Amino acid sequence: MSKTKLATVWLDGCSGCHMSFLDMDERLLELAELVDVVYSPLVDTKEFPESVDIALVEGAVASEADEAKIRKVRAHTRTLVAMGDCSITGNVPAMRNPIGVEAILERAYIENASAQQQIPTIGVPKLLPQVRPIQDFVKVDVYLPGCPPSADTFHTALTSLITGEPMDISALTRFGA
Amino acid sequence: MSVDTDVKTLVIDEQEVSARSGQTILEVARENDINIPTLCHLEGLSDIGACRLCLVEIKGSNKLLPACVATVQEGMEVSTDTERLRKHRRTVLELLFAERNHVCSVCVSNGRCELQSMAQEQGITHIRFPYRHAAYSVDASHERFTADHNRCILCLRCVRACAEVEGAHVWDVMGRGIDCLLITDLHEEWGRSTCTRCGKCVQVCPTGALFDKSKIGSDHPKYPDFLPFLNLMREAQ
Repeated sequence: MSKTKLATVWLDGCSGCHMSFLDMDERLLELAELVDVVYSPLVDTKEFPESVDIALVEGAVASEADEAKIRKVRAHTRTLVAMGDCSITGNVPAMRNPIGVEAILERAYIENASAQQQIPTIGVPKLLPQVRPIQDFVKVDVYLPGCPPSADTFHTALTSLITGEPMDISALTRFGA
Repeated sequence: MSVDTDVKTLVIDEQEVSARSGQTILEVARENDINIPTLCHLEGLSDIGACRLCLVEIKGSNKLLPACVATVQEGMEVSTDTERLRKHRRTVLELLFAERNHVCSVCVSNGRCELQSMAQEQGITHIRFPYRHAAYSVDASHERFTADHNRCILCLRCVRACAEVEGAHVWDVMGRGIDCLLITDLHEEWGRSTCTRCGKCVQVCPTGALFDKSKIGSDHPKYPDFLPFLNLMREAQ
């Protein structure tokens, strides 16, 4: 049996979900027997591959680059998993929504900057007016809430996804878990 | 025979139960260990049927009834856990999450919140409605407590606890529909209101909307169980 092609993607989130994923510790070794990590912030592949079996997506969609990325991920992925509260609810990144992009940038780069007061425009993607969960842009197959989902949640959920066993996500995790 | 001892017989989830006339479906269900989910209901406060989580089906009627205020009738056949009801309950909860900013991960009530645990209980893993992301105020003018309207679900437990148990009626609601907002006095800051600082509203609040300032950044359990005892002692006097 060929190995499951697994990708992990990092949009607007704190990387805590990826950290929690790594917290599977020695269980990562048995997982490595079953999957090939073909794309991830943790590996060196630059381009999202043509065909991926399972993609775990951390983070909300906050910029034009995030939006392009999630659409690309969806187009090349069989099972798209929204990993953690940011990707599902917008969570902390979306707390800027009631305030607005201009006010947030002004506060961060002008008001609170002691030197070089300027809003960066070169080499950084343009922020969208609202931070939105990924299901506002693409179809999501599995929702794995939590901030972050625990290593046990990752282990149980990934094992189920790879083997095709049914799982009860609400028994594993919840918003803010 | 007085009205209080008039016994009604009915069926809840295919279980034959008996009840006193005037009892609500919710009361009778709970007496018989039948769980009906609720958010706005709280033992010791009057019931207002606000949250609609306790809706039940009655055989022979198309209307769904809120079990917390609907009283038992002789021969009634009640269903509390059908696919139709589960669908309504999930929708109600999802609308609550979409309406205001319930950011569980950074909420003072994370892990102790009735909305959060109810969502988990009802199998909600995501919200199908677009989040409004509307701006809501936080009133931190009170020396001991804070009101964070981002987390409020308008269950009105605080209003009832303040009016019915504390007897102060400092809390009330202004506006209508989506513009409803909890206010103290006539929309005074909480810290400048006629609040008696008893803290009952904080203890009965199911979410992180009302919280104790000394609990910020720590575990914030709430203890609403005192209400029925308080009522009992008062009745005895």
